[in-house]
Amino acid sequence: MELYNGSLDVKTIFGRWLDEHQQSNYGAYIPFVGIIREEGGIEALSFDIYEPILRTWFEGWQARAAERGAIVKFAHAVGDVPVHTSSYISAVFSPQRRVALELIDAFVEDFKANAPIWKYDVIDGKRIYAEDRSTPMEGAGVLAGSQKGEELGVRN
Amino acid sequence: MITVEFLGPIGKPPMEVEAGTLGELAEALKNVEGVSEWLGTSAVAINDAMTADRNAPLKDGDKVSILPPVCGG
Repeated sequence: MELYNGSLDVKTIFGRWLDEHQQSNYGAYIPFVGIIREEGGIEALSFDIYEPILRTWFEGWQARAAERGAIVKFAHAVGDVPVHTSSYISAVFSPQRRVALELIDAFVEDFKANAPIWKYDVIDGKRIYAEDRSTPMEGAGVLAGSQKGEELGVRN
Repeated sequence: MITVEFLGPIGKPPMEVEAGTLGELAEALKNVEGVSEWLGTSAVAINDAMTADRNAPLKDGDKVSILPPVCGG
């Protein structure tokens, strides 16, 4: 888990991860790169992160990956990230490709839904919460009496 | 007293509240301007551990975090 101020240096981070595991005998390394698209008049996206819970969330994923002989990694930006640059990268290493393909899919989706990160559009220098693209976390609504987990029939 | 912190776009400074459970905290927050409208979609952590249990007990010195809808990546 790596956090950076501003855009990620994608090539350097991916290269370092590859170097770190050159001798680990993994048969598959699947990277994912999230890039800020130019749309809706934005000049950048901006991110807030709550690190203590992000760390706990990621530890859960590391344990799930370890059960399958794999490892997961990610890096994310804090603050403003201009369009056409990267705010988020992740990767899975595993002995075989199938496990890595499945894990990168599940990991990236859960990252979007449950990692404690808040996104803002930056338009004319102003930060506007991306409410329409944001998702209540699992268990949301506990202080209002209706819980997302119950509505979806999910056991916590 | 417990400390309630509001994360991300809620944009409120931390509050000190007397509450023995999350349910009592919900009562204390439901009329707070700038907070109440977030409660239906926010998740909660006690001392950085996520919980969805309205009966979860709170003790003096606990920190409760309110986490509004997220969008990482």
